Amino acid sequence: MIMEQNNYAICTQNLNLWYGSFQALFDVNLNIKEGLITSMIGPSGCGKSTYLRSVNRINERLGYVRIDGSVHVFGHNIYDPAVELVQVRKKIGMVFQRPNPLPISIRDNVLFGHRIHNKGQKFSKPEMEEILEDALRQVLLWDKVKDHLDKKATELSLEEQQKLCIARLLPVRPKILLMDEPCSALDPKGTAAVEELLWDLHGEYTVLIVTHNMSQARRASEECIFMLHGKVMEHNATEDLFVTPKMKETADYIEGRYG
Amino acid sequence: MERTSPAQPTAAEFDRRNLDWYIDKLVQILVFIGGISAIVFIIGIFAFVTIEGAGFLLDDFSFKEFFLSPFWEPSDEDAPEYGILALVAGTASVTGLAMIVAIPFSLGAAIFIGEFATGRTRESLKVLVELLAAIPSVVWGFIGLTIMNPLIIDLFDVPVGLNVLNAGVILGLMAAPIMTSIAEDALKAVPDRYREAAEALGATQWEVIFKTVLPAAKNGLLGAVLLGVGRGFGETMAVLMATGHSVNIPDSLFDPVRALTATIAAELGETAVGSDHYQVLFTIGIFLFLVTFVINLTADLIVRGIRDQ
Repeated sequence: MIMEQNNYAICTQNLNLWYGSFQALFDVNLNIKEGLITSMIGPSGCGKSTYLRSVNRINERLGYVRIDGSVHVFGHNIYDPAVELVQVRKKIGMVFQRPNPLPISIRDNVLFGHRIHNKGQKFSKPEMEEILEDALRQVLLWDKVKDHLDKKATELSLEEQQKLCIARLLPVRPKILLMDEPCSALDPKGTAAVEELLWDLHGEYTVLIVTHNMSQARRASEECIFMLHGKVMEHNATEDLFVTPKMKETADYIEGRYG
Repeated sequence: MERTSPAQPTAAEFDRRNLDWYIDKLVQILVFIGGISAIVFIIGIFAFVTIEGAGFLLDDFSFKEFFLSPFWEPSDEDAPEYGILALVAGTASVTGLAMIVAIPFSLGAAIFIGEFATGRTRESLKVLVELLAAIPSVVWGFIGLTIMNPLIIDLFDVPVGLNVLNAGVILGLMAAPIMTSIAEDALKAVPDRYREAAEALGATQWEVIFKTVLPAAKNGLLGAVLLGVGRGFGETMAVLMATGHSVNIPDSLFDPVRALTATIAAELGETAVGSDHYQVLFTIGIFLFLVTFVINLTADLIVRGIRDQ
């Protein structure tokens, strides 16, 4: 029964990926629905981070990565030779496992992406301040940092750093947020705060989140993908995947028999 | 069944000193002596230079004359004058020009090696830079004398090619490899996650370098420049050969000058041990030692600072 006609934000067809001679992804076919939070789970080395990192092509900076297949983002193949990486990354923001604010002020961090994507356009000071405040308010960081925006971002706590890393994506207005285990460096309180933030952002953004933490996937996502050995095993509504897994491997993994 | 309990170890057994024990002790002592000797030697050298220069410092030393007089006439029999202003001007002008030459070259090379070159190119360039840093300074001086000298005469139509320009360029080329090497270390110390973060935000390679990597590495880069300055201040042979070695406060690039170091090298052999002239040369030595010490220490502290961050 089709509930509603969802549009797909990311369509992946027969994606194979090699690091040197090691194949990390095997014929991945995934359709990620627009506006939902989709989580990816699976044991270490199953390819979930690799998949995530091939959606904004950040994998390629390693130099020895080879890719076969296609990834369409809103209908455009991002592996087409005519595609500009800068534009891909403008549409697709990424949050990394370890918070990685740049070693510049909080203000410059939030406005970094905005500045590089709006070259030649003049923004007045109040406009910039508004963009800054909006972004920081959205990640619930404004009240904490509004009095020391010129402080170095690397001096913030890890949780605040990670929120800042999300905040700096927002002025660029991406359509998709990729999150690579965004809570793994955070304590339970920080994790809860980031998850809450995810719910606030969802709808407006399509979120694809890789996690090691199965309860997080269960709490914080609407659809869930289980990967194993570089292959997609199961992709379903989170509730169904956890309650009535179709594959034996999925059941074994979520019951903690391996991984 | 009867079981014999194993004998309890005696105190003597715990205190047995075999050959290994003695070798271990010996190695400890040798390593300690080796480690401390460098420090002892440096302190010893400084003490020696100070003692040799002390006579002048205590008796005839006039701060004003020494630093502010441009007249360096140690061989004047009636009224020798020991003013190092012209020599300081010589060293400073040559070092200054050397930095103007070396900074763009070394920064460019460091950025290329650290951020653009990969694999083989990168490794061979690094080896090449280390090799360049090992060229003896007399060879550079030779290049100054035989290649730069006629080249400058030809190009600029000046009577002599041994001058600030010649020595500055030679010294700049000499300092560039070591500065490249340190600057590249500074770039390498910038965590890769900063580059990744900037790239994921859509920055181009230039933006990643100029807006992220260089600001993050600025302390290390400053350290590299300071080490270059220290190198320039202390360099003797190449400067002796390429400056023209004439006491002079330069007012153009084509004026010959004389450096502090070169003065010591050229004159020390001809002075009577213990004479005023001899002692003044050692006073210059103390001055050079202090200046290079402060420059190198500052550079070192700055470079260390980024590592601790």
